[in-house]
Amino acid sequence: MRAAMRAALAAALCLAATAAAQTRVPMPVLEVDRNTSCVAPPDVMRRTHMDLLMHRRDRTVHQGVRGGDEALARCISCHAGSKGAAIGNRDAFCQSCHDYVAVKLDCFECHQGRPGAVATSR
Amino acid sequence: MNAQSVAREGSAAPDPDPAPVSRRRLLAAAAALGGAAIAPGVTLVEIARAAKPGEPASSKVRWGLLIDANLCREGCKECVLACNRENGLEGGSRPVDVQWIRKVELKERSTGRKLGLPVMCQHCAEPPCVDVCPTGASFKRADGIVLVDRHTCIGCRYCMMACPYKARSFVHEPLTKQKPEVPRGKGCVESCTLCVHRIDRGERTTACAEACPTKAIVFGDLADPGSEISRRLREVESRQLRADLRLETGVRYSGL
Amino acid sequence: MASEILLPQHGERGFWLRLAMGLGVLAVGLAAAWTMEHEGHVVTGMGNEVVWGAPHVFAIFLIVAASGVLNIASMASVFRQAHYKPWARLSALLCFAMLAGGLMVLMLDLGRPERIVVAATHYNFMSMFAWNVFLYSGMFAATAVYLWMQLERRMNRHLKAVGIAVLVWRFLLTTGTGAIFAFLVARQAYASAVLPPLFIVLSLAWGMAVFVLVQSACGEPTEELAQRTKNLLGVLAALALYFTAVYHLTNLYFARQHEFERFILRDGGIYPLLFWGGYVALGSIAPMWLVWRRRATAVSLRLAAALTLLGAFAWLYVFIIGGQAFPLEIFPGFEASSSFRDGEVAHYAPSLPEVLLGIGGIAAAFVITQVGVQVLDILPSADD
Repeated sequence: MRAAMRAALAAALCLAATAAAQTRVPMPVLEVDRNTSCVAPPDVMRRTHMDLLMHRRDRTVHQGVRGGDEALARCISCHAGSKGAAIGNRDAFCQSCHDYVAVKLDCFECHQGRPGAVATSR
Repeated sequence: MNAQSVAREGSAAPDPDPAPVSRRRLLAAAAALGGAAIAPGVTLVEIARAAKPGEPASSKVRWGLLIDANLCREGCKECVLACNRENGLEGGSRPVDVQWIRKVELKERSTGRKLGLPVMCQHCAEPPCVDVCPTGASFKRADGIVLVDRHTCIGCRYCMMACPYKARSFVHEPLTKQKPEVPRGKGCVESCTLCVHRIDRGERTTACAEACPTKAIVFGDLADPGSEISRRLREVESRQLRADLRLETGVRYSGL
Repeated sequence: MASEILLPQHGERGFWLRLAMGLGVLAVGLAAAWTMEHEGHVVTGMGNEVVWGAPHVFAIFLIVAASGVLNIASMASVFRQAHYKPWARLSALLCFAMLAGGLMVLMLDLGRPERIVVAATHYNFMSMFAWNVFLYSGMFAATAVYLWMQLERRMNRHLKAVGIAVLVWRFLLTTGTGAIFAFLVARQAYASAVLPPLFIVLSLAWGMAVFVLVQSACGEPTEELAQRTKNLLGVLAALALYFTAVYHLTNLYFARQHEFERFILRDGGIYPLLFWGGYVALGSIAPMWLVWRRRATAVSLRLAAALTLLGAFAWLYVFIIGGQAFPLEIFPGFEASSSFRDGEVAHYAPSLPEVLLGIGGIAAAFVITQVGVQVLDILPSADD
């Protein structure tokens, strides 16, 4: 009896936690220009974009293969969306999904999240 | 709780255990599902390999610079300003500020002769910075350009200790205004890239060489005997900085 | 032979208070590291000239002394000096604790400390740092096994073999620490083959000093042990001074090194002051006098140990920071000047976050030692 009650309590807590989590963390905002297509279908990209990024970055940095599909800048030019950046606010394309799945986004400490940005020097 | 003990309790003759057969089916189904799941990814990688926009860097080429100190004007800093603009560097000369190229004013001790020249990463053939990097982030590309792979750099600054030319800078502050072609960030070490983002696009000059008003900086292929830089190196006396270290630098100086 | 060794006087309450204090200092150090990581190294005194600052002084001290403090256990297990046997377990624990503290400081001072996993998965074996990942983690494992074998009676018969293995490993480790600097071909302060053996000797001297101070906090040593320790401290201080002298005298022989030696030994301001006053006078000659004079007492031994450690910090500051402050000679025969401070002596002043991080490393070693002593049978007992 006691074991059953404990199990019920645990289940209730888990449900409450997930419910709370769903109200706390907003669903990702995936807003893209529908006229173009990505290098792969969305369900594939969702699972493999991190591996593609790693593979391509090594080719770009170590072998100098740049531009076209290789360029992160090209991903950002599409995915920056109406907000103008892939990161920086809750609804930005990369950030909203990464916030939802709680995976740290390391890319934009170095890479520019805004398409076509021009840096100024003093 | 296995089927055999249940069978022993329930009947006289042991039943053939039905569990392994259905387990096998489950595993087969899981393998099929798994295969179906990764198959698009595998195909994708094939597409990625096939769709190369550019050719990878080749060791048939060795990029380098020839800098003529005689042509370098006193007080001129065009190369530095161009480098800053091209690479999105903030400029500034605090000890924490990043400088990929700087203008050095020299005075010969024994004669009093004055001259000036720009100094940047010398893109050595035997780079000490590459030797000491624990993760291999500091590396020499096939075409001779020495770079920092910021994906792998942990910011230990050992390469900065090792460089004889003080070529490397550490990024001491968070950055937000990077240029898309030149990703750089806090906590990593960096130095002159010989404008690798330009070279890989097919351009054949660096920002500093392009900006120099007296054409004191010449960029070119050291491995090509017909290139302008190779011709000049054959005609004029030139040397490497700290040639005693035998690093075989890609940057050469004449008029020193 | 059973020695009259007193058990430490601390009780439960003493332990919790000490632990709380240690954890408090450690927390402050970690907060400093978080600030450095979050804001960037701009909050420190380091720049593009002096790239390794106060944290490295603390870290290298802890790592070098960790290797040396294990010498007590080596003398017991390998060299069969029975007087040190009761203290061998403490020696092993201290090695483990100080190594942990030193590595903590080094890893937190990285520009990207979150990339430790990258350092553990990508190796360039031309780099001493890559070897160090294995040398240091191997040292942890070796010391833990060594300690276990000392604690577990049925394993005691393996002590000599394991002791030799651990001795060889720590020699490799400390040689590696010296080699970090010895391999820097371009810097006038480094690039010397004498550095690895110099670091070995420094480790023995500093390790002995640390041991004396910790031991005095844990109980009174026997008269015989105190006498041996006293002599050994003096000999090691003399040996360290000898190697330092060889390093500088060789440099003074080369004309191209004269400017650098003038800087370190005479004209460099803080550096000659710390070298002559901090290391030579207070850190070497004073301890030697204290341990070898006629009326040497237990107090003079402890004072000698404390001064040796002061000298250790002074030596490391001059070596690590002075070596970077002196400008690189890119154009021999020319005077250079530029916006990047070519030809200029670099100015460095330790900042608060750096020093707090360094002290946090010492606190980490302190916490680990406290917990180890409390939980395990580390201190000498009647059975030894």
